[in-house]
Amino acid sequence: MIGSMLVFFVGGWVWFVRKIFRDYEVHNTLVQLFFPMIFMLSCAMFELIIFEIAAVLESGSRYLYWQVVLYLMLVMLILVIPFYLCHCIISNIRMVRREWVNLLAMVTWGGFMMCFWKIGDPFPILSPQHGILSIEQSISRIGVIGVTVMASLSGFGAVNYPYTSMNIFMRPVTKQDIQAQERRLMQTLDVIVNKKKRVALAERERGIAKDGGSSGSGSRLWGLLRSVTTSSPQGESLAAIKQEVAALEELSRQLFLESVELQNQRERLEWAHTFQGRFFNFMGYFFSLYCSWKIFISLVNIVFDRVGRKDPVTKGMEIAVHWLGFDIDVQFWSQHTSFFLVGCIIVTSIRGFILTLTRFFYAVSSSKSSNIIVLVLAQLMGMYFVSMVMLMRMNMPLEYRTIITQVLGDLQFHFYHRWFDVIFLVSALTTMGILYLAHKQVNTSDKTESFYEPKW
Amino acid sequence: MANHANAMSKVKILVVGDSGVGKSSLVHLMCHGEALSNSSWTIGCSIEVRVHEYREGTPSQKPYFIELWDVGGSNSHKNARHVFYNPVHGIILVHDLTNRKSQLNLRRWLAEVLLREGSGSKTRTPLVEDFDAEQFGGFSQLPVFVVGTKQDQISEYRTSGRVRSCSLADECSADEIYVNSHDQRSLAPGSSNAVKLSRFFDKVIERQQTTTTTTARTDTGYSYLERENSMYRRNKSTSAFISMG
Repeated sequence: MIGSMLVFFVGGWVWFVRKIFRDYEVHNTLVQLFFPMIFMLSCAMFELIIFEIAAVLESGSRYLYWQVVLYLMLVMLILVIPFYLCHCIISNIRMVRREWVNLLAMVTWGGFMMCFWKIGDPFPILSPQHGILSIEQSISRIGVIGVTVMASLSGFGAVNYPYTSMNIFMRPVTKQDIQAQERRLMQTLDVIVNKKKRVALAERERGIAKDGGSSGSGSRLWGLLRSVTTSSPQGESLAAIKQEVAALEELSRQLFLESVELQNQRERLEWAHTFQGRFFNFMGYFFSLYCSWKIFISLVNIVFDRVGRKDPVTKGMEIAVHWLGFDIDVQFWSQHTSFFLVGCIIVTSIRGFILTLTRFFYAVSSSKSSNIIVLVLAQLMGMYFVSMVMLMRMNMPLEYRTIITQVLGDLQFHFYHRWFDVIFLVSALTTMGILYLAHKQVNTSDKTESFYEPKW
Repeated sequence: MANHANAMSKVKILVVGDSGVGKSSLVHLMCHGEALSNSSWTIGCSIEVRVHEYREGTPSQKPYFIELWDVGGSNSHKNARHVFYNPVHGIILVHDLTNRKSQLNLRRWLAEVLLREGSGSKTRTPLVEDFDAEQFGGFSQLPVFVVGTKQDQISEYRTSGRVRSCSLADECSADEIYVNSHDQRSLAPGSSNAVKLSRFFDKVIERQQTTTTTTARTDTGYSYLERENSMYRRNKSTSAFISMG
């Protein structure tokens, strides 16, 4: 058990250094420590679930490990990481001096704790017999945030995956389009360069004239007069040129961004022709069916206020036995299939989460905010995995659910499932709306571009 | 004045480096002599022009336009950047002294510019990920200059004041300077940094003059390396073609 935790820690460390922090040097080793630690704790939780199903280790020791891991996770998520987050954010703001950083961090952290507590109020999460500082309070709130994140990510992924992998959504981009765009960009840049050359020459000549005038034998007044009279018509045209240059630079930026977009489209089309692309396209059809079914089911769940009591495995077994007449030993097979199913879910969701995280970090990070972003991601990861454990309870047969119920306390699990459905629906519909708008906008801009010709 | 601008010769120098190292501040300091007050991420390419006196102080002094093309370094724009890379007469590699990884990434930047293949598609061979000095034997024609920025912030991060010099600079036999882009004195005229910089500009102009006299073919669609290889082969066959420098 301890050995496997060490393995997870090392794995998280390696992933962090190699992939996420690829372009940055780590100055703050504490930050580097938090991320693998949360990763290790999350994987340990999943390992305990698997052990539960496979009945490895004694039940008593399993319970003990659960408690330890859970306490550690809670301490880190609620106390340690938010404090460091506040500290980093405040030290990044330049206006604050060194001595005040710690004080302000404490204050901000206190504010964060209050907000955190207030989150729990509007939701019917708890039965009132628990005290203030029990685990259930904190887990319930973490659960809310984590479930929100998870549901929005799933909703987004469910809609985005068919959109990116299916060929009917990809617009055709020819080489001529790209070359025409690049030519436009280079023409704009040439014009910018010419104007800047004129400005540079004018300023150079003005500098020479000023030097020559001041070192001449004429009086200072004469030099002053000359500089005023000669520079004013020049100065005006220079200012006009500078304004034109600013407008042209903005145009060049737009053209460049469009050319990036065209290249992205072309790469997607190329990828679609490869083996992997075709396979994903094929899977895309299945996935879109599955996603529409899921959206429909969550709608039904919300409307009819129904939360399933049986997990898919037992339901599958029942269907197999009653309708298809298979004569199988339910006990034996249910353990193995649920083990398999849960294992699959865990592995795919971890892998998907890791990939999404890496891509998100590349897109968003910069050298200044990299520490902050790593801390935020560690926090999100912790919350995500805790809530995943909670929701996993639904997927396991009754006899295995007890340990989770025991460990996490008596929470209103039904609420979380409903909340998940709501957020999933909202996020899926929002993603569909946004993608539709973006798709339409790109299509119309394509048509208008062919009429655009720069006139210098 | 427009005729005058067109009559003066020009060279084009690329300024490349990782995102956030301070290329735009550096270019602004080089061209306008003052620090850039509002820095934001460069999208695409921002060009600044400087008038440089070639062979200053000698009778053959001649003013040249130096175009500094400051290419934005963010990874998501990698596939469209290649349009800026051709033609180019010199490269300034910029890295951040507080971030050692930006120095290691300079090799990738050099490879990207020399091969002019900006597409980040997965089908590309990993051969072109790193720059290897022996592999690109013909590259020595293109002058390279290395600049390390954020010199004032080193003391916050390293206890030893010594900074390891860039091994890439030694391999390319390029000059290296350290600047603080917010301080005008880093490139004050007469300082050693400014002297090295103008020596680099002179070298670029010389190379540009020799390349325009040797290559008769105009260079659309050929990458720099292909041109170099063809020139190398031509020079090998006709040994007494040109004397360099």
